[in-house]
Amino acid sequence: METIVVDGLRKAYGEVQALDGVSFEVREGEVFGLLGPNGAGKSTTVRVLVTLTSPDTGAAFVGGHDVRTHQAAVRRTIGYVPQDSGVDQFGTGRENLMLQGRVQDMAGRDLRNRVEELLGLVGIADAADRIVRTYSGGMRRRLDIALGLVHRPKVLFLDEPTTGLDPEARVAMWEEVSRLARAESLTILLTTHYLEEADQLADRLAIVSQGRVAVEGTPTALKAGLRGDAVHVEVADDRLDAARGVLATVGAPPETTIGERTLVARVDHGGTALPHILSALDAAGIPVESVAVSRPSLDDVYLHFTGRDFQAEDRAA
Amino acid sequence: MKTARDTWYMVVRQARNLMREPIWIVMMVIQPMVWLILYGQLFKNVTRLGGFGTGSYITFLAPAIVIMNGFFGATWSGMAMINDLEHKVIERFLATPASRVSLVLSQIVRSAITAGLQGIIILIVSIALGVSIRTGALGWIVIVLTGMLVNSAFAGISQAIALLTRREATMIAVANFIGLPLLFLSTTMIARAQMPHWMQETARFNPVDWGVRAAREVVLPGTAWSTVGWYLLFLLLLTVLTTAWATWAFRAYQRTL
Repeated sequence: METIVVDGLRKAYGEVQALDGVSFEVREGEVFGLLGPNGAGKSTTVRVLVTLTSPDTGAAFVGGHDVRTHQAAVRRTIGYVPQDSGVDQFGTGRENLMLQGRVQDMAGRDLRNRVEELLGLVGIADAADRIVRTYSGGMRRRLDIALGLVHRPKVLFLDEPTTGLDPEARVAMWEEVSRLARAESLTILLTTHYLEEADQLADRLAIVSQGRVAVEGTPTALKAGLRGDAVHVEVADDRLDAARGVLATVGAPPETTIGERTLVARVDHGGTALPHILSALDAAGIPVESVAVSRPSLDDVYLHFTGRDFQAEDRAA
Repeated sequence: MKTARDTWYMVVRQARNLMREPIWIVMMVIQPMVWLILYGQLFKNVTRLGGFGTGSYITFLAPAIVIMNGFFGATWSGMAMINDLEHKVIERFLATPASRVSLVLSQIVRSAITAGLQGIIILIVSIALGVSIRTGALGWIVIVLTGMLVNSAFAGISQAIALLTRREATMIAVANFIGLPLLFLSTTMIARAQMPHWMQETARFNPVDWGVRAAREVVLPGTAWSTVGWYLLFLLLLTVLTTAWATWAFRAYQRTL
C-alpha cells in the first residue's frame, strides 16, 4: 500500500529547474529518506507534497489525495515540520501547540490532553510554559516535531530535521524520530543532506540529484549494490611500497593511499580476502600495524550513481 | 465560520505576543498622550485665527488625535506580517487547513483593536484636559469606531505592501512617505478655513481627513449626523477595498512559494 506517490514532478523557479521529473513511492508505515546535497530539490519536493506550492507538471498523491486538487484533505492527513521551524517565537510551547490544534479543528479536552501528551512524548513538558525564544536548538526542534503531530496525522514530513543541531542533539533526535514513528504508527518522509542520517533512520531512501531521483532502495541494498568492501591496511612507513606489491599478488591491488602508512584496496568480500592478505604480508615479512574492513558508505553510493562527489556538491550549493 | 474562528485565534496570538512586550504597552499608552499634549500646547493660540468652531484648541484637536493615532498605527501594521513571513510562521499555517483569509484579516483586526484601545485612552486623557464630548456615549462610540475604520483602511494597504515587498526597509520607507503628507493634507491640526485653497481641495480625497471630520463632528457644536454617516460609509467602503487588496496580495505571495 503506497501512502505517497510522486510521479514525474517538474517545477522551475525562473531559470532554475528545481524539480526535473522526480518520481518515487513511499509505503505505509515506513521511514523514507530523500537524500541529496543542498539544492538537489528535496525541499521543493516536500513543499509540493504538503501543498505549499504546486508543480508545473506531474502528479502527487498523499494518503490517496491529489495534492493539486484535494489540498484540504491532504492538509488534514499530514504533519509538516519545515526546515525553518515556523514556530511563533514569542509564544510558549503550549500556546503554539494549542493554536496548531485549533486551526486543525481540534478543541476542548481532546486538544488539551493531546498537547499534554505530546509535550511529554517529545520531552519538553518542563519548558511548556516558557517563551520559545528561550529554548535551546534541540528543544525547539522537538517542539517543531510536536507541532507537526498535534492533529494525529498519518503522514509526517520532516524537512532536514537535524540541520543546525550539534552532533549529540542530532543522535538524540534520531532516536526520537524512530520512537515517534513507532508510537504514532506514522509514515515518515524525511529529507536530509547527512548521509549518516539517511543510513540511520530510513527504511528506504531515494538519492536526489539535480531535481531527479538518481537511485532508490534500502541503504543496505544500495551499498551492497556497489559490490565490494574497502580494506585498510596500515604498515610501517618504510614498507609501504613492498606491501603494495604483495597486495597486488593476492587480488587486492590498492586503489588509494591514506597518509604515509595506510593502503586502501577494494575487494569483493572483505571477510574472505583478509586472511589471504594477512598471510601474504606475513610471508613477505612485512609487519602489519592495523587492519580494517568497511562496508561501502552512502558517500560511495552517491559518487557511484551520480558521478559527483557528495561533500563537494553540498558545499558548493 | 472557520474563517471567523481562525481569525480570532490569530488575533489572540498576536495580542498575547504584544502584551508580553512591556515597552510596547508603555509606548502604546504614552505615545498618543504625547501627541495630544505636545500639539495641544504648541498650537494653543491658533484658534484665534478663526474657523475652528471652538475657542478651545484641545477640544478641536482631541478627536483628530484619535484618528491620527489610528492612521499612524496602521502604516506600521505590516511589520508584524513581515516578521511572521520571515520566521516562516505563515508557511507553517499554510500547510494546515487554517483559513487563508484569516492569516491576513487577523493582522488588520489586531491593528484596529489596538487603535480602538488607544482611542479610548486618548479620549479619557482629553476629558482630563477639559474636553467635553457633547454627544455623550454615542459620540465616544463614533470617535473610537472612526479611528478603528481609518486604521483598518490603511492597515489593509500596509498588509498588501508587506506581502508584496516582504522587506522591512520598504515598509519603513512607505510608512514615512505617506505618514506626514497625509497628516498635513488634512484638517487634523488646523481648521479648513486656514488651509491654502489647493490643500483644502486635496484634503477632500484624503481618508485621514474623512475620519477627522466625522470624529470632530460629534465634538463641536452643531453636529450634522448625516455628515458623520457619509464619512463612515466612505471609510467602510475603503476598508473593504483595501482588505480585498491585502487578500489578493496574500494570494500573490502564495504563488511565489
